[in-house]
Amino acid sequence: MSILVIAEHDNAQVKPATLNTVTAAAACGGDVHVLVAGHDAGGAAQAASQIAGVAKVLHADAEGFAHGLAENVAAQIVALVNDTKDYSHVLLPATASGKNIGPRVAALLDVAQVSDISKVVSADTFERPIYAGNAIATVQSTDAVKVITVRSTGFDAAAATGGSAAVESVPAMAAAGGSSFVGSEIAKLDRPELTSAKIIVSGGRALGSSEKFHEVLEPLADKLGAALGASRAAVDAGYAPNDWQVGQTGKIVAPQLYIAAGISGAIQHLAGMKDSKVIVAINKDPEAPIFSVADYGLEADLFEAVPELTGAL
Amino acid sequence: MKVMVCTKRVLDYNVKARVKADGSDVDLSGVKMSMNPFDEIAVEEAVRLKEKGVATEVIAVSCGVTQCQETLRTAMAIGADRAILVETAEELQPLAVAKLLKALADKEQPQLVILGKQAIDDDCNQTGQMLAALAGWPQGTFASKVEVADGKVAVTREVDGGLETVSLTLPAVVTTDLRLNEPRYVTLPNIMKAKKKTLDVVKPEDLGVDVTPRIKTLKVSEPPKRGAGVKVPDVATLVDKLKNEAKVI
Repeated sequence: MSILVIAEHDNAQVKPATLNTVTAAAACGGDVHVLVAGHDAGGAAQAASQIAGVAKVLHADAEGFAHGLAENVAAQIVALVNDTKDYSHVLLPATASGKNIGPRVAALLDVAQVSDISKVVSADTFERPIYAGNAIATVQSTDAVKVITVRSTGFDAAAATGGSAAVESVPAMAAAGGSSFVGSEIAKLDRPELTSAKIIVSGGRALGSSEKFHEVLEPLADKLGAALGASRAAVDAGYAPNDWQVGQTGKIVAPQLYIAAGISGAIQHLAGMKDSKVIVAINKDPEAPIFSVADYGLEADLFEAVPELTGAL
Repeated sequence: MKVMVCTKRVLDYNVKARVKADGSDVDLSGVKMSMNPFDEIAVEEAVRLKEKGVATEVIAVSCGVTQCQETLRTAMAIGADRAILVETAEELQPLAVAKLLKALADKEQPQLVILGKQAIDDDCNQTGQMLAALAGWPQGTFASKVEVADGKVAVTREVDGGLETVSLTLPAVVTTDLRLNEPRYVTLPNIMKAKKKTLDVVKPEDLGVDVTPRIKTLKVSEPPKRGAGVKVPDVATLVDKLKNEAKVI
């Protein structure tokens, strides 16, 4: 039996979360195949074939896949699984896209999905955080096909190059109908993506305004080549865009260095960043819960400490 | 059109989950339970659709133990017209819940089903997508804006890097993200009114659904504790530690 990984891609490139998913797939045992369902996605398929440890790339090309609509992509995955009878596992990254598609695939196959796994214990047993990471469940799937979404911070990224898998074209399923893509507003950032950044500078409500959020944190992020993140409170207050939110219901991150400025550290926020290698907390309040997980705590006014830190680097 | 909205009773948002000493599960005895926050947003959105004249009736649904009736009363206090509880003491996993909801949707024929994107207990993020798949309907997950017009719903979705809008032909499933709306506070008169609204109770058997779990929980454990580090006196020390001790910059 083989393992099917669903690549997350923009038709030209494979997104980094795919690499962590390949590592999780390898741990399940079996040949790893990667499906690239896209439109004019030859570039992404080529990129997928270079990933170390991938045995085969399946490339399905159709207009209906251009924007990754769940209805169309799920139908393609289900057709592949049912036609080949070769797949014991279907793995998707636990990103907005993977979370959208995975359960649809599982329900169509009449199997459960194991969401957001952080560890592969054996081919049918996995660890996954529950209750915002306040508990870790070890779960065993009894279904013939295991549909799984993978928390990328739980697995190392497979090498993006070094592989030489064959790219095989597979017939594309007709669009499912009923849904169409209207448009998107994707912010073009000069910064690394939040979920794959090595360093993250994150701000909380203490920043006080959107202007201050940018004015104080951006120079530090620029200096460090870091991504910017935010607490839910800061996003709710309109200081930062929604997709910067780090936490249980936002992004789960585990960078080498996480700098939390003016973030008190609600359990929901900690759930999203406590696996970071090194955590720095800058906060005026000595009692702030963020200090209980920080490797280095600095009790200080962030409006003085952050610019000083920027200057000292 | 009818709107069905699905709610789950979960450990309250503000209560920290504690693992049972025998490692079998999280301890839910004697702790405060509430409606899953994302479902509250779902109920609010459905009620707003009714207030705008788009929806004619809002039906709140929950699956689980008898006490889920309280959750449904809350949904009706927000403004749902009536409620259905699929009552069972069995452990319900997302696929089973999706099948129960599908059976209810077959019966009630809603044009739109709104659910929270994930429950804050199991953090699964599955049920809405599964319901859409079983019903053969399109889905708009992680919604930050919902507009119904001409037999379609335009859903603005929160995706990695920003927003995306999809257009779905009704009937459809929408799951809510955090910033779709801010749920209203329920007032005492509305709580009183909700007590008089209809709440039907059915069993999974009545709906012909097998709810047997597909996933076995072998154990539940505490996550590895992350110890607090040190407090540094000033920025210079911090920079020194990051450079020479942690070696991350």
